[in-house]
Amino acid sequence: MLQIKNLHATVEGEEILKGINLSIKPGEVHAIMGPNGSGKSTLASVIAGNEDYEVQEGDIIFDKANISELSPDERAHKGIFLSFQYPVSIPGVSVTNFIKTSINQIRKSRGLEEMSASDMLKTMREKSKLLGIDRKFLSRSLNENFSGGEKKRNEIFQMAMLEPKLAILDETDSGLDIDALKTVANGVNKLRTEDNATLVITHYQRLLDYIVPDVVHVLLDGKIVKSGDKDLALKLEREGYDWLKTETVNA
Amino acid sequence: MAQTDQDLKEKLISSFFAFEEQMDLENDHHQMRDDAIKIFEEKGFPTKKLEEWKYTSLRPVLNSDFNLFPKEEKSLEYNDIKKYCIHDIDSYQIVFIDGVYSSHLSTTTHDKFDACLMSSFLNRPKYKPLVDKYFNQITPKESMDALNTAFSKEGAYIRVPKEVAAEKPVQILNFSTGSDEKLMLQPRNLIIVEEGAEVEVIERHQSLTENEVLTNSVTEIFLEKNAKLDHYKIQNDKQKASLIDSTYVKQAESSDCEIYTFSFGGKLTRNNLHYFQDGEYINSSMKGVTIIEDKQHVDHNTLVHHTQPNCESHQDYKGIFADRSTGVFNGRVLVDKIAQKTNAFQSNNNILIDDKATINSKPQLEIFADDVACSHGCTIGELDEEALFYMRSRGIPEKEARALLMYAFANNVLNSVNIPELKRRITKQIANKIGVSLGFEL
Repeated sequence: MLQIKNLHATVEGEEILKGINLSIKPGEVHAIMGPNGSGKSTLASVIAGNEDYEVQEGDIIFDKANISELSPDERAHKGIFLSFQYPVSIPGVSVTNFIKTSINQIRKSRGLEEMSASDMLKTMREKSKLLGIDRKFLSRSLNENFSGGEKKRNEIFQMAMLEPKLAILDETDSGLDIDALKTVANGVNKLRTEDNATLVITHYQRLLDYIVPDVVHVLLDGKIVKSGDKDLALKLEREGYDWLKTETVNA
Repeated sequence: MAQTDQDLKEKLISSFFAFEEQMDLENDHHQMRDDAIKIFEEKGFPTKKLEEWKYTSLRPVLNSDFNLFPKEEKSLEYNDIKKYCIHDIDSYQIVFIDGVYSSHLSTTTHDKFDACLMSSFLNRPKYKPLVDKYFNQITPKESMDALNTAFSKEGAYIRVPKEVAAEKPVQILNFSTGSDEKLMLQPRNLIIVEEGAEVEVIERHQSLTENEVLTNSVTEIFLEKNAKLDHYKIQNDKQKASLIDSTYVKQAESSDCEIYTFSFGGKLTRNNLHYFQDGEYINSSMKGVTIIEDKQHVDHNTLVHHTQPNCESHQDYKGIFADRSTGVFNGRVLVDKIAQKTNAFQSNNNILIDDKATINSKPQLEIFADDVACSHGCTIGELDEEALFYMRSRGIPEKEARALLMYAFANNVLNSVNIPELKRRITKQIANKIGVSLGFEL
């Protein structure tokens, strides 16, 4: 579904990603772990098409098409979704209206009619129940005065509504207490199918107790230095990243 | 001074005598007019040399060909004006065409409260005590105000008596046609909301043709103890229409006055909105949304004078400027030494869409009390790139995302609009103006 080949990216002239290779198949959950500043969030932003980052080299192939040159909205139309580490607040636009606009723009790009008001309402009801979201929440201005947990829950709610093929969860666990974390993880798990994939970016192993990855990658200084199964995450939790740094230097 | 300004000034002064001839010279009002024309004669039109007019030049809108006294009432049918009325709400309507009252388009009342004509207010003996008490009492002796005082003979008069809540809003609609000529209009309104009374007013100036028109409007507003007024000004005029709107508000104890100014059109618009607080526990609110393009110019000149303790004022003005349009925000807050525990907030946020657009934002806080909470914030910027990326990552294309952000930015001011139909309309106008087809029903 997603192949990243030798991806190099810079921000303001500084190279952050230094040759990333990654391949994700439908139905899989991949996790990317790594210390602060290793380039995790940059990778998420670059896949989503953030124009602040310049791709110097390499390709991003999604569903057999090279999407490296596509705008963020075009990537979303193809089914890529990024759950933000720091969701932006937009006073004056309600959660409901934002999601309606988003869904209908995506449908438009696929040549579909707008979703009927009753279908929209029905789906919203269904998905908000799944994530334990109160109906009052839906009429609030997007992310305005939301608590950390509400913001993250709202991101996953949008994901549930948009049903992307590839969901990238950037530090979705940060700022969540354990109960909120469980709700969010539970929501993500319920949305999993054989046809979609999830890329979880996280600092801590704890989220991976709930969203169990098929593959864990370690990102260090802009490169994936090790990949393994879920036990790799546990080892990182126990031993930190230092042993990998030595390994990289020695290699 | 340029020749046109001088010519128009002379034309106005020499016309004054002819104008006075038609009026009743015995009326007490005569002396007031006479004093006013002297002030105008002495001061002339304001120029950019004056601090208060530094960023707004009237020169491009002054024209010595202006007809000052349109004689005939142009007959208009309801269908001609329908789209400019908030017709789907039940309201009283006071309609003027080229400055002349149109009885067949209006619905006035003297029933529970007065919503009628300034001319009858000024000329009927029964109103004399009220005229003496209120008329021209809070209008400053500045040139444009004086010019209005000298020439005005018509406008809206609204008085809501003690403890009466007006059962429906009053719309003051000023239409201009000019037939084949250029027009200068001087409407004059007076609104009195007595103790514990409430009313909502919608005011609009609208040109129906492409003829040049300059409206120099003055409105005096009095709120007695515990009174409440919501006043909405809709300025979405044609390209050749200019407006100088001066509104002066005097508030007594525990009164609440909210004035909204929606400026979406016209050639040049200058809004003077000045509040004088005369009591404790007063709330004064001013909110504005300005969205203009081409070479349009909108200048908001606000003043709140806090003279007593425990009062509040809130100013929230948002502007979106495209092309070569220019905006001015000059917001003055004066807190007297005795006015302790004043809460005064002022915010002016602007988005410049094009490099050639300009905004001059100038907050002026003069605070002489020491126990107050006053704040002001002014931003001039482009759209938030992070928010744009966020929206685009959800599949909303750049153009729509920009429009939606601008819509959200402007629309936020509307939260407190209490007439749902008006709110819906303005929201729609904002959306149209920005060119956003919203994916949701308003």
